[in-house]
Amino acid sequence: MRELIDTLHAQTFLGALSPTLLTLIFMVLGGLVIALVLALNALVAVYAERKVSAWMQDRVGPMEVGPRGVLQTLADTVKLLIKEDIIPAAANQRLHWFAPFLVFIAPCAAFAALPYARNFVFANFNIGVFYVVSITSLSVIGIMLAGWASNNKWALLGGMRAAAQIVSYEIPAGLAILVVVMQVGSLNFTDICVAQEGGIHRWLIWRYFPFNFIAFGIFYIATLAECNRTPFDLPEAESELVGGFHTEYSGFKWAIFMLSEYAEMLVVALVGASLFLGGWSSPIPGFLNTGAWGVFWLVLKGVFLIFTHMWLRWTLPRFRVDQLMHLSWKVLTPFSFACLLGVGVWILI
Amino acid sequence: MTSFDVMFYVIGALTLLSAVIMVFSKNIILNAIGLLFTFFGVAGIYVMLGADFIAATQLLIYVGGILVLLLFGVMLSQRITGLEMRTGTLQVVPAAIVCVGIAAILLRIILTTPWPQAKVAAPAPTTSKIGELFMTTYLIPFEIVSVLLLAALVGAAFLGRRDAR
Amino acid sequence: MMPVGLTHFLVLGAILFCLGLLAVITKRNAVTVLMGVELIINAANINFIAFARYLDKDLDGQMFGVFVIVIAAASAAVALAIVLNIYQRMRSVNLDEADSLAG
Repeated sequence: MRELIDTLHAQTFLGALSPTLLTLIFMVLGGLVIALVLALNALVAVYAERKVSAWMQDRVGPMEVGPRGVLQTLADTVKLLIKEDIIPAAANQRLHWFAPFLVFIAPCAAFAALPYARNFVFANFNIGVFYVVSITSLSVIGIMLAGWASNNKWALLGGMRAAAQIVSYEIPAGLAILVVVMQVGSLNFTDICVAQEGGIHRWLIWRYFPFNFIAFGIFYIATLAECNRTPFDLPEAESELVGGFHTEYSGFKWAIFMLSEYAEMLVVALVGASLFLGGWSSPIPGFLNTGAWGVFWLVLKGVFLIFTHMWLRWTLPRFRVDQLMHLSWKVLTPFSFACLLGVGVWILI
Repeated sequence: MTSFDVMFYVIGALTLLSAVIMVFSKNIILNAIGLLFTFFGVAGIYVMLGADFIAATQLLIYVGGILVLLLFGVMLSQRITGLEMRTGTLQVVPAAIVCVGIAAILLRIILTTPWPQAKVAAPAPTTSKIGELFMTTYLIPFEIVSVLLLAALVGAAFLGRRDAR
Repeated sequence: MMPVGLTHFLVLGAILFCLGLLAVITKRNAVTVLMGVELIINAANINFIAFARYLDKDLDGQMFGVFVIVIAAASAAVALAIVLNIYQRMRSVNLDEADSLAG
């Protein structure tokens, strides 16, 4: 991004502006693009989720609005935005307002460090992976505050469940990421993607078999839990907790929660694709492997991972709380340590 | 004023303002939110000081770990519903005198000491250097901290048990 | 106005330290006192990193910073477990009411 700004500054009419101003303009534009993409992502993902669920259950899904119902989520969004925004009288008004945005900031901020194609990343920092892992943990605070500020016992219990779940599953997810970071020797997303260029057999998921494969599985399960998706959707288990931490939310603020849930799915899918599935590089060496095609391949891999998330959601039943904790602490964490050790020993010998 | 200076004053003001909210608010949740933004501000200060790895660690450990723990502590040690999470204060006047006194002494020392003016190098990536130092010069502290963490883990799990006797 | 340098960061650290100290001394609730302790630790860490940047050619100050953060995490976990135990026995986490040695 820095090179792009420099070239634009040196070679086009934009040279009249000062570099600082130009950088600032680019930052604002980047933010707008991310916001737009996230909104679009939620629109498409909600529609896809309903169609996938319908397909799983042998139904047709939404069909009324637009051809094959493609405009259904747009109609739903309009309905949500013009709905009354209810704030419970007993809730803490300011926090009730503030919490959804805190939840939404986390996935938004993560997009800044993701690599979309070679030399196309908003902020190419040397600790990109670490940054994404740490900034996404911010959403826990927002969820807890949402649960507490609603002043409702279901919301509070849902918020605390979500926090316990996300904090627990951060550990196996982080360790699985560490496996990749250790073998590439860099925390930079671009370096990790470059290391996987040159076809499907170069993807990190196949290396050090079976350790990386298991690490990918652990990463996948743990991030699924961090997104609060079924089978890990205990924080919003409707049969136990009504709506979980967003029980008392409606209209626009509820839409923000949905937006951040789908944004978070997109983030973990893109991170998974970048770390294990080759990122922007094409599966066939030399096939459509230049420039902007990187975005296509990355999005394709991300969309596939999101599709599997949806598939699992409509296939598996929900875990119990104790099973959830058991899976994280007694299964995933030890196995991810074993992978780390295995890859480390393999590199040494 | 360079943009570095502007950034320092903005981040510093954010940090101090949220720290003031944390200290003077009577609502415990508001204290926690003040602390959240203080942690963010301090992470920003670390970035300005060229400590990228520590800034990310600060976010991960403090915001994602310690603050969540503190919020859990608040919610588990109060009547679980109801928003009357207020905390009283004790010995405000003597505490204020002590703190202002210490602040005066510290500021005087900082402002009068002739700090050596070394030429500051451009910030470079620190992560791999920190990793190397952990495995060489700081190997023993690193191991001791690992044991300490293990002990803390066991201790916290023991204390947190419902039938701890 | 002088350009931002070591002194500015040290002053920021000193003010944060005193605010943290104020919280530790005056607050009644044990969890808030812990928050004050975290503030003090952060203030100290700012000093370490600032010295590492302006006075030190190596990364020793940053190494100290990492250790400080790790130990702060460990102490917060144990302290919070203790606070929850106090709450279970005395139904209150106000430090001035938790004055019994008998448990």
